[in-house]
Amino acid sequence: MAIKVYVPRDSSALSLGADRTAKAIQAEAAKRGIEIELIRNGSRGLFWLEPFVEVATDKGRVAFAPVQPKDVASLFDADFLNNGAHALNLGLTEELAWLKKQQRLTFARVGITDPVSLEDYLAHDGYKGLKNALNMTGAEIVKSVTDSGLRGRGGAAFPTGIKWNTVLGCQVEQKYIVCNADEGDSGTYSDRMIMENDPFVLIEGMTIAGVAVGANMGYIYLRSEYPHALKVLNEAIAKAEAAGYLGDKICGSSHTFNLEVRRAAGAYICGEETSLLESLEGKRGQVRFKPPLPAIEGLFGKPTVVNNVISLATIPIILDKGAQYYADYGMGRSRGTLPIQLAGNIKHGGLVELAFGATLRELLYDFGGGSFTGKPIRAVQVGGPLGAFLPESQFDTPLDYEEFSKIWAVLGHGGIVAFDDTVDMAKMARYAFEFCAIESCGKCTPCRIGSTRGVEVIDRIIANKNALDTNGVKEHAKQVQLVRDLSDTMINGSLCALGGMTPYPVLSAMNHFGEDFGLENR
Amino acid sequence: MFVTSALSPQELTRIDVHIATHKAMPGALLPLLHAIQDDFGWVSEECYLPISKALALSVAEVHGVVTFYHHFHTHPVGKHILQVCRAESCQAMGSQKLEKDIKTALGIDYHETTKDGAVTLLPVYCLGNCACSPAVMLDDEVYGRMTAEKVADIVAEARAV
Repeated sequence: MAIKVYVPRDSSALSLGADRTAKAIQAEAAKRGIEIELIRNGSRGLFWLEPFVEVATDKGRVAFAPVQPKDVASLFDADFLNNGAHALNLGLTEELAWLKKQQRLTFARVGITDPVSLEDYLAHDGYKGLKNALNMTGAEIVKSVTDSGLRGRGGAAFPTGIKWNTVLGCQVEQKYIVCNADEGDSGTYSDRMIMENDPFVLIEGMTIAGVAVGANMGYIYLRSEYPHALKVLNEAIAKAEAAGYLGDKICGSSHTFNLEVRRAAGAYICGEETSLLESLEGKRGQVRFKPPLPAIEGLFGKPTVVNNVISLATIPIILDKGAQYYADYGMGRSRGTLPIQLAGNIKHGGLVELAFGATLRELLYDFGGGSFTGKPIRAVQVGGPLGAFLPESQFDTPLDYEEFSKIWAVLGHGGIVAFDDTVDMAKMARYAFEFCAIESCGKCTPCRIGSTRGVEVIDRIIANKNALDTNGVKEHAKQVQLVRDLSDTMINGSLCALGGMTPYPVLSAMNHFGEDFGLENR
Repeated sequence: MFVTSALSPQELTRIDVHIATHKAMPGALLPLLHAIQDDFGWVSEECYLPISKALALSVAEVHGVVTFYHHFHTHPVGKHILQVCRAESCQAMGSQKLEKDIKTALGIDYHETTKDGAVTLLPVYCLGNCACSPAVMLDDEVYGRMTAEKVADIVAEARAV
């Protein structure tokens, strides 16, 4: 029988040459007359080791990584297909400490299966959640989601079950399930990984949501920067339709659920749920006033569940293993697990799914291995471009929604971007305002105008940073106060999180790294 | 509106076909604009009037939508699109220097196209490749752990095809 060789098809793996590695392995096998079965699996999420090649052995899958085309001939020479000794042989994948220490629930299948194989999905507990859901009432499904303690993983952390309950309670015929796949936060890629590496889990989660609240149509609003995810999702949807998991009378039940992927068009603001809905309706992605809540008047004015990819992809395991199973993970009011993404200047970047409660320090050093450059990590930004910058003194904060809000920070979508000691935090504060100005939808004044004024004021602070005369000192202090006042206006006067949270990176940079703003020797 | 058309009759027909294919979709405008851009590489103002008629919108509304989204190009672009990530994760890995080097090597700034029409350079805010920063995207392919030299190689390879 042909030996199975796995080479990931995840975008990050491709970005490091996985396609070339796959081709080289195939060519070398052909040259040597060895029969192999090459499977393009998802990525395990150890991105510093991509292309991460695995070989199926009777003891389990053995990892060889990172494998570049130039390594392939020597791997065959070392009989890697039979777990031969080689510098790149890392042993059994399951035994790698980096993976073993994780608690993969949402990402249970990611990296293991062939993403577009429905058979593989079914063989790895796929569609068990939906099977259970089809034997429950809508209210029972919603109760299960509520009891699991799942909160919106997009960043707002609103209880998913409560949102669903509102939609369930609306007595209208047409309702929608919308998946927010406009993952625009820098330092985040867990949505992309789910969509590229285990698309059926998202499809199943959305189907369960549809069955629960009585919606027969779902849309995945996918950012245009993810062309690979688009292909994989469409392929998976077609297979689910062909097998009766989508469409009329799904799995022989009375439920209908159809699913369509819609491409976004490069506007960060469309990750905000109301501007996302505007965009889906074919309009400019401008934020709506709330109320009405999307759960009551959402897409095309109908009750709509809008959930993040990770929230929806977590539904199947909750319905499969039960609400309590999921709720048993975590701490405080943060139940379950969070897929954390290590990014930026980090040695071992990748996907770490853990129960809430691990500290930043564990992630940055135990998993991350410190900075990529080997210099001290000076700052980390958690939760995307609207998240606070944290100094080393806050690295012992546990990853928990409430613990983060106590230190005026956010967990957001679980992205952690590390910076070494070469970072200029005044420039990062400037960038935060600049990004807000570029991406503002323009509807409310604090965000539209405030962001541009913010860039100007930070520029004046930077320009006057080292002024020593009294006049300079006074001017500098005035500009610093101006940033604080402006931030106050943006926090309290913006319609949505873009304007309302841009002050998080700005003020945290100023408060924790004052020396970069010339605040030290005043 | 237009004294002379820059698009050929065949091209105008292609636009009409896209409109006919998409106009019955709920929220048709974005999928339609994507289809037009996928076909032509950009969205000409000449599309606005027929789109507005088909979707019962004003020309201003169509213009408003096209120009709201960074993804839609209102002018012709090069044969290839090179997007360089400017977001925080890539900044932490030296993307600011990379941006500068790429601009120098190509001899253009953002939103410009090389003289030979081969490459249009665009900024992008996150490609979701943040564990392998800095990242760039050439057409539909993402590249990680980039250096100016590696980008030059990728561009040269694309130019050669």
